[in-house]
Amino acid sequence: MAQFQKPGWLDNGLVRWVDHRLPIFTFVSHELYEYPTPRNLNYWWNFGSLAGIILVIMIVTGITLAMHYTPHTAMAFDSVERIMRDVNFGWLIRYIHMNGASMFFIIVYIHIFRGLYFGSYKAPREILWILGVVILLLMMATAFMGYVLPWGQMSFWGATVITNLFSAIPLVGDYIVTLLWGGFAVDNPTLARFFSLHYLMPFVIVGVVVMHIWALHVHGSNNPIGIDTKGEQDVIPFHPYYTVKDLFGLGVFLIFFSLFIFFAPDYLGHPDNYIEANPLSTPAHIVPEWYFLPFYAILRAVPANFVGEWATAWMGFIFIEAKLAGVLAMFGSIAVLFVLPWLDRSPVRSSRFRPMYKWFFWIFLIDCIVLGYVGAKPAEGVYIAIGRVATIWYFAHFLVIIPLLAKFEKTKDLPKSISEPVLGGGGGAASAAASKPMEKA
Amino acid sequence: MNMFRTALVAGVVAATATIGLSSANAAGEVVHPPEHHWSFSGLFGTYDRAALRRGFEVYKGVCAGCHGLRLVAYRNLMDIGFTEDEVKAIAAQVSVPAEPNADGEIEDRPGIPADRFKSPFANENAARAANGGAYPPDLSLMVKARHNGANYMKALLTGYQEPPADKQVPDGMHYNPYFPGQLIAMAQPLYEDGIEYSDKTKATIKQQAEDVVTFLTWAAQPELEARKRLGVKVILFLLLLTGLLYVVKRRIWADVH
Repeated sequence: MAQFQKPGWLDNGLVRWVDHRLPIFTFVSHELYEYPTPRNLNYWWNFGSLAGIILVIMIVTGITLAMHYTPHTAMAFDSVERIMRDVNFGWLIRYIHMNGASMFFIIVYIHIFRGLYFGSYKAPREILWILGVVILLLMMATAFMGYVLPWGQMSFWGATVITNLFSAIPLVGDYIVTLLWGGFAVDNPTLARFFSLHYLMPFVIVGVVVMHIWALHVHGSNNPIGIDTKGEQDVIPFHPYYTVKDLFGLGVFLIFFSLFIFFAPDYLGHPDNYIEANPLSTPAHIVPEWYFLPFYAILRAVPANFVGEWATAWMGFIFIEAKLAGVLAMFGSIAVLFVLPWLDRSPVRSSRFRPMYKWFFWIFLIDCIVLGYVGAKPAEGVYIAIGRVATIWYFAHFLVIIPLLAKFEKTKDLPKSISEPVLGGGGGAASAAASKPMEKA
Repeated sequence: MNMFRTALVAGVVAATATIGLSSANAAGEVVHPPEHHWSFSGLFGTYDRAALRRGFEVYKGVCAGCHGLRLVAYRNLMDIGFTEDEVKAIAAQVSVPAEPNADGEIEDRPGIPADRFKSPFANENAARAANGGAYPPDLSLMVKARHNGANYMKALLTGYQEPPADKQVPDGMHYNPYFPGQLIAMAQPLYEDGIEYSDKTKATIKQQAEDVVTFLTWAAQPELEARKRLGVKVILFLLLLTGLLYVVKRRIWADVH
């Protein structure tokens, strides 16, 4: 049985002296050594700590890049190339940062879908979930502004398209767009403020992450079975069990990350961003980074006559109402996550005991991948139809299917406690066999 | 690269990565360039030094008349086997504006290794005026700025041909199936024995194309060799570390399982 022990170093004289005045060591002991964690967390629970680590990696590499980067339209592109060519290991720092953004979204998307599958958003973790959605929104804003900084063609045209979305807001739309631009087009003031905000926002994210973890540590982690822990036999201390498990997961992740950094650094990017921004030359297809593609598909799915004109009429504001509908759908696709805890009234958290929800979860995951695929394609032909069906399904999943399932789904019987399925039956025999070689060693 | 891609796609997350690939494909309504095995492709690829040197000769003898290489410095040539004296001689062939002299006048001086490659035209307008309105783009990043850049450029350089009967080719344009729209302002640049290699290699069109693409890939990714070398070490280290962490994890968890 796992032991909950205060660490020995708490008895050290200096530690006690400091701790009496600032109980930082008590805090560490409480949140790591004595923090009870469900004993049955699987590897899908690794992605929370991974997200925290990649956030730190992004901040460290970002601060380093900012030492060499010049936020001016005439110099930004060349300053990035100077980093790539003349700064010691500049290519490494930049490729880590560039691919790190993609890694951050891969991790966070897995983290979110983990939450969806195991019902981690349900009581008493609603605020924990909402803070997570806030982090996602902040990440999207940060990533978008960061992508503008190299001042390539996709930087410029992506910034133009996305900032123009705000013009769809009634009454104040144009004012907001002018404020975002710092003028009447995407230009040097835009780049300067995006750089400033891109440097600021990660620290805002850190602040929300602290609250996210704070909220987590009130009731502790959810778990694959989705029932509350019922005593000492259900939990183990976070350290050393989950610190070492997270470290192992970190190793696996770093191998995956390194394959991109060292062997395919531009695989996830768009070649057009190695062409310097040119306001007079519009790329044939303006495509956002892959992690925005599902939302881009939703944006384009809504209006009938707007879709085809998107690439050419970006500044025409021709179909204002249609555009507003698209923008509302896009933001709505995130907003719906905020109210998910109240849409899903099913008392059972984990999909393991929800035979129907489980299927709809996988369909929803496929739906999101389809949306991403459509988002990468030009808005024409069959892709428009697919995009619309997938968008309708996206909203139907949250607004219709989930509330109905909560009412009509017949859930399976829940186990009495976590330790029962973990220790009972075959599990005990397997652990006995596994511990034998350890005794010899 | 193909094997690597296949391996990646096998991963769960790489389902999303393929979306990145298809987004890059979105721009191409053109003929796909044939795959070529380059010296620099693969996990352990390095630049063929002889090809780099020949490629520089092609760039200098053919491309440099119209296309700049403004992000590359003459000193960078020392990284690919040119001696310091050779680089000094190459740099000295151009003249660039000097700092203002004692009278405040700006005179020209010969280039030095620290200078970047001098672009053939003073500005875009001058370039367009000299090229019938077309703008020959700078080649420093061209390989990275096109999807499947190296194969695309080789296909483009060797792909000039007679247009199909139904294709109208306006004056000053040329037919090339690999160029988006199939009409390119650049005339066919490479010809059999169009240049003479200093190492006496036969200068076929294919040879020149492969050499200059190798050189331009280096110009776009001078860090490629250092990157892959470091990458192999990092991956090996991480495999070992992760293996050890797994063993530690098993031991710590032994009393819980």
